[in-house]
Amino acid sequence: MAASSSGSSTLKRTLCTFIRYRSVRCVRQCNASIRTVCTSGSTSQLQPKIQSKGVSSQLRGVVGLEIHAQIHATSKLFACSRVAFCSPPNSSVAFLDASLPGTLPVLNRRCVEAAVITGLALNCTINRKSLFDRKHYFYADMPAGYQITQQRLPIAVNGSLIYSYFGGRKRNQVLSRCVRIKQIQLEQDSGKSLHDDQRSQTLIDLNRAGVGLMELVMEADMSCGDEAAAAVRELQLILQTLGTCQGNMSEGQLRVDANVSVHCPGEPLGVRTEVKNINSARYVARAIDYEIQRQKKVLENGGIIVNETRAFDSKSGTTIPMRDKEGLQDYRFMPEPNLPPLFVYEDEASVPAGVNPTQVVMIDRLKAELPELPGVRRARMVDQYKILPEHSFTLVNEDGLTEYFERVVRNTKAEPRKVIGWVMKELLGNLNQQSLKLAQSPVSPEALADLLNVLESGHISSSAAKVVFQEMWKAPEKAVEQLVKELDLGLVSDREKLLKICQKVVDTHPEQVHVIRAGNKKVLNKLMGAVQTETKGRADPVQVRAILEEMTS
Amino acid sequence: MFPCCFIRRSFLSSVVNVRSGASGLGATAPGSKVTAGRRLFTSQSLHRAAPLRPTQPRCRLSELPANGAWSTGRRAAGCRWSSNRSSSNADFSSKIPQFPTWEPVAESQLPPPTKVSLDLVDKLERLALVDFGNQEGVNCLEKAIRFADQLHVVNTDGVEPMDSVLEDRPLYLREDTVREGDCAEELLRLSKHIVEEYFVAPPGNIPLPTREERSAMLKHADF
Repeated sequence: MAASSSGSSTLKRTLCTFIRYRSVRCVRQCNASIRTVCTSGSTSQLQPKIQSKGVSSQLRGVVGLEIHAQIHATSKLFACSRVAFCSPPNSSVAFLDASLPGTLPVLNRRCVEAAVITGLALNCTINRKSLFDRKHYFYADMPAGYQITQQRLPIAVNGSLIYSYFGGRKRNQVLSRCVRIKQIQLEQDSGKSLHDDQRSQTLIDLNRAGVGLMELVMEADMSCGDEAAAAVRELQLILQTLGTCQGNMSEGQLRVDANVSVHCPGEPLGVRTEVKNINSARYVARAIDYEIQRQKKVLENGGIIVNETRAFDSKSGTTIPMRDKEGLQDYRFMPEPNLPPLFVYEDEASVPAGVNPTQVVMIDRLKAELPELPGVRRARMVDQYKILPEHSFTLVNEDGLTEYFERVVRNTKAEPRKVIGWVMKELLGNLNQQSLKLAQSPVSPEALADLLNVLESGHISSSAAKVVFQEMWKAPEKAVEQLVKELDLGLVSDREKLLKICQKVVDTHPEQVHVIRAGNKKVLNKLMGAVQTETKGRADPVQVRAILEEMTS
Repeated sequence: MFPCCFIRRSFLSSVVNVRSGASGLGATAPGSKVTAGRRLFTSQSLHRAAPLRPTQPRCRLSELPANGAWSTGRRAAGCRWSSNRSSSNADFSSKIPQFPTWEPVAESQLPPPTKVSLDLVDKLERLALVDFGNQEGVNCLEKAIRFADQLHVVNTDGVEPMDSVLEDRPLYLREDTVREGDCAEELLRLSKHIVEEYFVAPPGNIPLPTREERSAMLKHADF
């Protein structure tokens, strides 16, 4: 190889190809993804008839998703090699992953449990018996020439995912939707290919080969990009809560393919295209909306939709046709002869004699360990703390924020509805400004609770509390009381002092006083403001109002 | 191509197990081991005649997991890889007969022979990325199909198809621990072409060349 002689330049080239590769990685992955699910419906896919212009406005998008989620596990699905990210090429490859002769698959219990847990969280029926199949295709990053998957009888079927998104004209209405989950199947990931067109070769890294995947197939129950993106986010959140997948889309831990078609409601589904290469939830929405619009336009102009695979180009925000394999792929599915059926059991009583109960997967045990799911948690937040639904979304979306909020609530006398304002505005505002994660917040929940207690006791005003909060952010080691004292922010409630200040304000604002005396009491707020400016927001507003009213009467 | 089927019998040793499947003409040879009652055929002779490429060790019939090491599926992949077959034969009393016996099936009992058209050969070559080379290769393919035709003689009335001879046994589930995989050097040594720590393969996802181009290419292939 000529390349191997010049070390640094080779490396640079490799990096270039790697970057190039990153953009096509999903594309590759999709070759591995199951196409059978979709082809089954292809006979009923017709071109929507456009009789006259204007009909296109009636066309509606239909969206189904296929999602590959990398299982968060220590070792791969069928081999004892490490699931490693960003490690040197081919450094984490077992003989099985390289498909050396004589090797046989041994299933990882963790992967089975992850699929069952995910299935339970998505209201699926868990198949007590499921089967493994070989799906054949030839590609250098899959050395066996087939992928072990679950085509005939997957581990979980018939589930549903409830998700919400902000819709309506002002995007302030919480709309709740449900998408059916057709199935969840266990399968192997492929390796990675780096294409080097110049030298007409492909570099193969098998570190990812054999990593456990859950493929989730969603029915075409969605109608636009926003819905699909919301469903993906909700799924991502559920997987992260369960710990079955880390869900980072940009790192390929969660990969989304969208099946998009358009039709007039009530008529058979139109011909669908598959959009691949989508690596963020935002792009899910953009890619799908673009594709729906494109298909509408094609039909409007009398064209026809071709069943094809398209890649999303995030730079231009468009989808472009991918060079597909000629003709229909024949995956030549066959039962995997090296793996007997996979059994999971309802409970200990249903485990057959002679089988070690510690070595099997039991559904009731996993069910009991299910954490509080995002949807349930949001409902609880709204119900228990009487906060707004949109706030419950923010609480659940940010990792650890619910716990933070609840700890503040536990430690303060302030109303939860007040606490949420502080968490949303001050805490998140500061975090976002400095792009910090919640775990990096200098202000602990207890410190925030202290501050709210001081505020609640009437010792400081809310504007002063905000100043204290900023000071706490800068000097987290100082206690709230200390800061209040140091900054001289304690509420001025000394009547003598307030009288003096109010008198000064009244004297310097004769016109306003005149207006008030003429009957416009609203102008009193202006004087209130002036007093607060004078006292840096420390004057007790109740007393000030009383004094000013007296002086202007 | 050939369906992979297992037919349920009363006990393991009398199981009809056709291991050819779709890959029978590609990376793996049509290694089939047929045991029906007391009848047993092997495809050894057929295999030797077949100009199949690439010829990898796992194509060989003798490499097929036919002894006790495979029957439980309880060993780690690494163990199996390095296990000594002859010693495991001594340890296990395999339910699979140790010596083949056979009696030929009369031609008259078989269905009409299958003729493989050039177009079908072309499709197979594309799917499996193998080269049948010439008429001789096609003849061999037809012979392989003819060999499999003998299965039609087996009476399967009232016998439910099965996926695996072990389907009534629980699939062993292993702990999620790392015990292998740090062997890049060893693996890369097996490859003819490498760049740094990568395997090198020909470019993928490109339109396949025409029949003529392909045979020329395969003859001079580096990979």
